[in-house]
Amino acid sequence: MQRFSTFAPPSGLPAISPASGEIGCHFGFRQSPTLPVGEIKAAVQSPPLRGRCPAGQRGAPRTALSLFLTIILALLPLSAFAAELPKLTGRVVDNAGMIDPATKAALVKKLEDFQKKGSDQIVVATVDSLDGEPLEDYANRLFRAWGLGQAGENNGVLLLVAKSDRKMRIEVGYGLEGTLTDLHTKLIIENTMVPAFRAGDFSGGISRAVDDIIMVLEGNAAELEARGRRNAEEQSSWSVDDYVPILFMLVWATLFFGGFAMAVLPPIFGRKIGPGRYRWLGMDFQTGGSRRSGGGWPTGGGGWSSGGSGWSSGSGGGFSGGGGSSGGGGASGSW
Amino acid sequence: MQAAAPTRFFAVRDLRAFLLLVLFLPLLASCGYNTIPTAEEKAKAAWSEVLNQYQRRADLIPNLVETVKGYASHERDTLQAVVEARAKATQVTVSPQTLSDPNAFKAFQDSQAGLTNSLSRLLAVVENYPDLKANQNFLALQAQLEGTENRIAVARRDYIEAVREYNLTLRTFPSVLWATLWFTNNEPYQTFTIPDDKMQVPTVNFGTSKG
Repeated sequence: MQRFSTFAPPSGLPAISPASGEIGCHFGFRQSPTLPVGEIKAAVQSPPLRGRCPAGQRGAPRTALSLFLTIILALLPLSAFAAELPKLTGRVVDNAGMIDPATKAALVKKLEDFQKKGSDQIVVATVDSLDGEPLEDYANRLFRAWGLGQAGENNGVLLLVAKSDRKMRIEVGYGLEGTLTDLHTKLIIENTMVPAFRAGDFSGGISRAVDDIIMVLEGNAAELEARGRRNAEEQSSWSVDDYVPILFMLVWATLFFGGFAMAVLPPIFGRKIGPGRYRWLGMDFQTGGSRRSGGGWPTGGGGWSSGGSGWSSGSGGGFSGGGGSSGGGGASGSW
Repeated sequence: MQAAAPTRFFAVRDLRAFLLLVLFLPLLASCGYNTIPTAEEKAKAAWSEVLNQYQRRADLIPNLVETVKGYASHERDTLQAVVEARAKATQVTVSPQTLSDPNAFKAFQDSQAGLTNSLSRLLAVVENYPDLKANQNFLALQAQLEGTENRIAVARRDYIEAVREYNLTLRTFPSVLWATLWFTNNEPYQTFTIPDDKMQVPTVNFGTSKG
């Protein structure tokens, strides 16, 4: 059931973003929602329309529709404010352009291999500026928005560098706090990253810091492998827990929609064999009070497929977080 | 035939009643009966995490005091203030049952704020002792203390958010019906506030606008 609980978005974070098109596409309006408000109003209350019919009849619903559209459009920019966090485009999100391409490729490879080994997810992110937000708050928000680490294990690590603020932070997920302690992250920042950054060697500093993090995490080898096995099992096979809700939904949908299907579908698809009687799928149906005579439960009705996919933990194709969370472990530093 | 007809009738009616029951019992849950208890338990769990992190900070302090004492024994007043503030802070606890009591919550918040203040004074004093700052043990404690302070900040933020949601369920439309009809003992929880002295806007004076 844990898989389903990950559908809930992290608190205080945008669950939908206009950039990915979730707003405005599902309403089915004929007008494009990207039109400015004024144009839609003009189109809706066009003069020829008023000329043809009395004002009271057609005007009211149209006004309501345009009001509704206006409200929807007014809400669009509001949701855009919250979506200032960078997108999780890969294991290395170099938005500030601090890492050279060769190092980046090597890092991505290294992190991918490491995740395959023990399912621990390490992501490196650089941003230009924090816009005045405290580094710790931003790092925690970003960590939770990306959901680094597997959902049940919370075994993610975020290495965040804010270029113009000259600050860096290693944010550690709940599940790794015992292995990669605050002291470890502090030492990695102070002894590895800060000297390299002061010398202007951003690529080298980040790369060596990642090496250090991996070294610390691998230091607890038995624990690492156990975690990897647990998560491999979780991903490969469906447990009984996953089937129960789907089975439940199927039974429900059959009960719920079966009746509708029995009443509605035979007149549409069946062959008429008498007044109010239809033959469909080898059964006789009678509409209007009495029931069908053929026996047997109608197989129609479809049923939801309920899409119990859960999160893929980013092993194939695109990369995404596994739904892990962080409680603010780790350390910060500046150079 | 005459005997068969009534039994069949009853069977069908029973089946129908059963189906109705099956259909509508889960609907009751979706009417929002569960909303308030769910939000309440979430807020309580978030509170436990806050307590957990404050406890973690309190556990670090004896070691820190001992380490500092070894290098800066004549900063007795500052050390004593930390020890006293810690003792006071560990005495005041707010159990999840009394979260809705403003006075108990304020006492808890004040005692923890007192500990925070005395700790930051201690860490400011430490700046005068280069030997102490280079001590490995002290560095480790400092890293842990920083991490714990950050965890406290995160736990407090999560608690504030959970309480906001819980208090909303007690006051907004569909669930307020349940609150007035059924959960009459539920009261809004208290949440963290910023002390008055920290609310003041800092005044910047470059000495130009004097007189």
